[in-house]
Amino acid sequence: MNEYLALSMILFTIGAVGVLVRRNAIIVFMCVELMLNATNLALVSFSRQHGNLDGQLAAFFVMVVAAAEVVVGLAIIVSIHRARRSVSVDDAHLLNL
Amino acid sequence: MTTFWIVAPLIVLASLGLLFARKAVHAALGLAVVMIGLAVLYAVQDAPFLFAVQIIVYTGAIMMLFLFVVMLVGVDSGVSLRETLSGQKVAAAVVGIGFGLLLVLGVAQLSLGPVTGLAEANQHGNVYGLAELMFGPFVLAFQFTAALLVTAVLGAMVLAHRERLTPRSSQAELAAQRLRDYAESGKHPGNPPTPGVFARHNAVDSPALLPDGSPAPGSVPDSLVDRGQVLDVTTDDVDDVHRQIGRRGEGEDEK
Repeated sequence: MNEYLALSMILFTIGAVGVLVRRNAIIVFMCVELMLNATNLALVSFSRQHGNLDGQLAAFFVMVVAAAEVVVGLAIIVSIHRARRSVSVDDAHLLNL
Repeated sequence: MTTFWIVAPLIVLASLGLLFARKAVHAALGLAVVMIGLAVLYAVQDAPFLFAVQIIVYTGAIMMLFLFVVMLVGVDSGVSLRETLSGQKVAAAVVGIGFGLLLVLGVAQLSLGPVTGLAEANQHGNVYGLAELMFGPFVLAFQFTAALLVTAVLGAMVLAHRERLTPRSSQAELAAQRLRDYAESGKHPGNPPTPGVFARHNAVDSPALLPDGSPAPGSVPDSLVDRGQVLDVTTDDVDDVHRQIGRRGEGEDEK
């Protein structure tokens, strides 16, 4: 049980570091997906620990939300790329003073 | 448990690819490996429904979307290596490693007691048990996800839609424009030179050569130029071509 949680923590950390370090907006987005997947693994593991299916259902809802989020996020990336010919997160700074 | 120790290192390695891959496609492949590995771990942990959903939704739908966007966007998306905030990468790495150590050490000191297991909850089958929960106590959340999905579809359509602002120019107008360009700026109205003319190869990535041996601009597709995948032209190439065709040319001259 603990090793599943440790794996989930490691994946979450890698995802968080990726969000901080990478510049390409698509890869940043993939790192967010990795963090969501890590939490899903923890939910499924806790579901087995406690012997009821609430955790698995929560993981299922996380997947649905992640799918919706990917659709909107990628549409934003495509429209930014269309306007500025770049997907670098540093280039989207028009709101910067 | 054997499955875990086989799959877990693979997952961690593939997710490190997300941090270190130079190209977005390689990162996407790493993420696909991570998702399939997690699906295996779900199957091991008595969650066959989530195993199927993970494969279908994540590796099937979401990764496909990612790859489509990488193909749409990735051609000329060179991300500069200049750091906007100096020392940000090092600071992020230090904070990240500290965060990870804190989490892993915290979990390692935890003792959760014996694992209950899902044998009782899954006695009528995993899907049956999940459906009883989803359409029982969680039915409101289920309906909200329906609203969320519809909203997401509408949002994506609004964001990705583009109005045509100017009318589409007809073939006659295009031809007139080409001749006007020729009259005003001397731009050649015909086809641009095809790749490989007078060069040593006729592949699309080898530029056509002008008589003095320099590459002809416009003979290679723009996307290849953006990606930096155009073959180099060296003076040796020109000499080689001269040697191959030069002798025959001289012979004909003498005749």
